[in-house]
Amino acid sequence: MIFPEFVGGVHLPSLIPYIALAGMVGFILTILPGLIWIERVVIALMQDRSGPNRVGPRGLLQSTADVVKLFFKEDMIPQSADIKIYYLAPFLTVMCAFSAGAVLPLQTLTFRLANGDLQTFPLTVGDVNIGVLYILAISSLQVYGIVLAGWSSNNKYSLLGGLRASAQLISYELSMGLAILCVVMFAGTCQLDKIVDAQSGLPFGIPDGHTFIHEIFKGSIFSWFWLGTGIVPVIIYTIAMIAETNRSPFDLPEAESELIAGFHTEYSSMKFAMFFTAEYVSMLIVSGLNAALFWGGSLPPLNVLPFTLIPGFLWFIIKVMGGIFFFTWLRATYPRLRYDALMNLGWKRMLPLGLVWLFLLAVVSLGRGPAKSADNIPEKPVTASQQVQTNPNAVAHR
Amino acid sequence: MITTSHYLVLSAILFTIGVIGVLVKRNPIVIFMCVELMLNAANLSFIALGRHFGQVNGQMYVIFALAVAAAEVSVGLGIIVAIFRSKETINVDEVNLMKS
Amino acid sequence: MATVIAFWVLAILSVVASIAMVVTKNPVRSALALVGTFICVAAFYILLSAQFIAAVQVIVYAGAIMVLFLFVIMLLNLGSPGALRERGSLQPIIATGLGICFLIALLLSGSLLSLPLPAGVRPAEYEPLGTVRAIGINLYDPNQPWLFPFEATSILLLVAVIGAIIMAKRKV
Repeated sequence: MIFPEFVGGVHLPSLIPYIALAGMVGFILTILPGLIWIERVVIALMQDRSGPNRVGPRGLLQSTADVVKLFFKEDMIPQSADIKIYYLAPFLTVMCAFSAGAVLPLQTLTFRLANGDLQTFPLTVGDVNIGVLYILAISSLQVYGIVLAGWSSNNKYSLLGGLRASAQLISYELSMGLAILCVVMFAGTCQLDKIVDAQSGLPFGIPDGHTFIHEIFKGSIFSWFWLGTGIVPVIIYTIAMIAETNRSPFDLPEAESELIAGFHTEYSSMKFAMFFTAEYVSMLIVSGLNAALFWGGSLPPLNVLPFTLIPGFLWFIIKVMGGIFFFTWLRATYPRLRYDALMNLGWKRMLPLGLVWLFLLAVVSLGRGPAKSADNIPEKPVTASQQVQTNPNAVAHR
Repeated sequence: MITTSHYLVLSAILFTIGVIGVLVKRNPIVIFMCVELMLNAANLSFIALGRHFGQVNGQMYVIFALAVAAAEVSVGLGIIVAIFRSKETINVDEVNLMKS
Repeated sequence: MATVIAFWVLAILSVVASIAMVVTKNPVRSALALVGTFICVAAFYILLSAQFIAAVQVIVYAGAIMVLFLFVIMLLNLGSPGALRERGSLQPIIATGLGICFLIALLLSGSLLSLPLPAGVRPAEYEPLGTVRAIGINLYDPNQPWLFPFEATSILLLVAVIGAIIMAKRKV
C-alpha cells in the first residue's frame, strides 16, 4: 500500500504522530476491558472452571460491570496517610505506563513523494534516535508510583510492598538492559523502527538472491532477533519483563496472601482502578517492546500470500496479544517465588548469563566485521526499484 | 533567544541551592541529595559549554560524572546504613565519635 | 520561540523543585522534589541536543540513584517528619546568606555572563553531537583521551559494588 504525500493540500507524513497517538491511546483504552476478560477466561480454561459467565454473552460485559462498580465505590483515604503523595502515586503510575508507548513502531508506511520517489515512515508517535533508551528511562520511573503508594499509605504491608518493588525493579532492569543491549548491538541502532528494519533481511547468513525461497524467507520468522541473537536474550528479556510489570510469578510487591495486596492495599475506587489500568498498560507496552525487539515488529512471519495480506499493525497487535497470553499462561501455571529466590534468580543467574552472552555476541559481531548499521544508511528517499526489494508488503501487492 | 549564559547562570543557582542545603540540613541522606544536586548543576554547565564550543567533550565528562555519582551513592548509603545499625541515629550532629 | 518558553518553564520548575528539596522537613518529599529537578535537567539536556545523556540521566539518576535513596529512607524509617529534628538556630539564616554571597561571587566572576562566541560554529552543526552514535564513536576512539578513563570507571564501579556490600553486611 502506497500513500500519496499530499491529499487536498495536507502533508500526510507530518500527520503520522497524531494518527499514531490517537490510534494507540484509543486502542489501549478499548482493549483494556477485553484484556481483563481474556485473562479471566484463559485462566478459567486452564484451571477447569467456568470463569465469568453472568454479565452479557459469555461474561463479556463483566469488566464493564466491574468498572461501573469501581466508579461508584466510596473513595477511602487512610487517616494517617501523606495525602498529597497518596494522590500523586496512582497518577504517576498511569502516566509512566502510557508514555512509554510513544516510541513503539506500529507499522512502516510508504509514501510517494511529490517528485515521484518512494519514502518510508514509521507509524509511531515519536521517532526519536534514543527509542530503546527512552522506554528504559520511562519504565525506570514507574517504580516511583509503586514505592510512593506503599509509603504514603502508612501501612506496614504497603510499605513492605513498596520496598520489595523498588528492590525487584532495580534488580531486573539490569538483566532487561543487557538483553536489549544484545539486540541494539546486532541492529546497530537504538531506534526501534530501524531495529525492526534490521530484522527484515535473510536468515542464517544466506547470500542475497532473487529466487522464490529468498522472497519467502526475507524478513521471515527465522531472521528475527529472537533467533538472530541466539534465544538467550529473548528468554532473559521475557523473564525480566514479567518481573518489571510485577506479574505472577514475580508479583511479590502485591502478593495477596502475604501482603494483602501490598502497595495498593489502602487504595479503593478509581485510584485502585488506575493502578489496575497501569498494570495492564505496562503489560501491553513491554509486550510491544518484546515484539519490536525480538519478534519482528510489524513483519509477517513468512513472506507469502496469506500472511502478507494482513497489514503490519495487525501483525504487531497479534504479537502483543501473544505476549499477553504468555503473561496469563504463566500466572495460571507457576506459584509465586520466594523473595530470596527472586533476588537469586535476578542477580546470580540472569545477570551473569546476560553479561556472558553479551560478551559472546560482541565477539561474534567482531568476527562478522563492521556491523552494517542502520544508522549508516543516509537519510535519503528510496527509489522505486529499491523499494520493491526492501518492503515485503510492496512485493505482495504488486 | 536562550544563550549559553542562561544555562550557566541557572547551573550556578542550582549549585548554590545545593551548597545551602548541605550547610543547613542535618540529615545525612538529604545532605547527600544536595551533593547530587551540585553534581547535576556542574553537569548542566558541562553540557551547555560543550554545545557552546561545538565539542563532544562536555558530554563525555558528564558520562564519567554519572558513573562516579553512582559509585559514590552506593558506598555512601552503605555507610549511612552501617552507622544507623551501630548508633540507632544518623543525625550528623550526634555522630561525633571521632571528636574527643 | 518554543525553546525559549520551554527553557523558562523548566528553569522555574527546576529552581522551585530544588528549593523545595532543601526547605521541606520530610526526606521522602525531598527525594521526590530532587527527582523533579533531575527530570527538568534531563529536559535541559534535550534542549541542548544531548539526547543520549538525557536518557542516561533519567535512567541513572531518577531510575536508580533516587530509588536507592528512597529505599534507604524507608528502610531506616526516616520518612515521618520529626524523625530527625533540624537544629533550630541562626545557622540556616547564616548559611543562606553565605550561599547568596557565593552565588553573587560566581556571577561577578565575569565569564559566566558574557561568553565569547566560538568562531565558525553554526547551530546546525550542534545537532549530531548528542546521538548514541556520536557518543559511542568518540568514547571508543583510540585517538581521543576517553578510552582509558572509561576502563578506569569500570574498575571504580566494581570497587564501589564490593565496598557497598561490605559496608551494608551485618557481620563479616
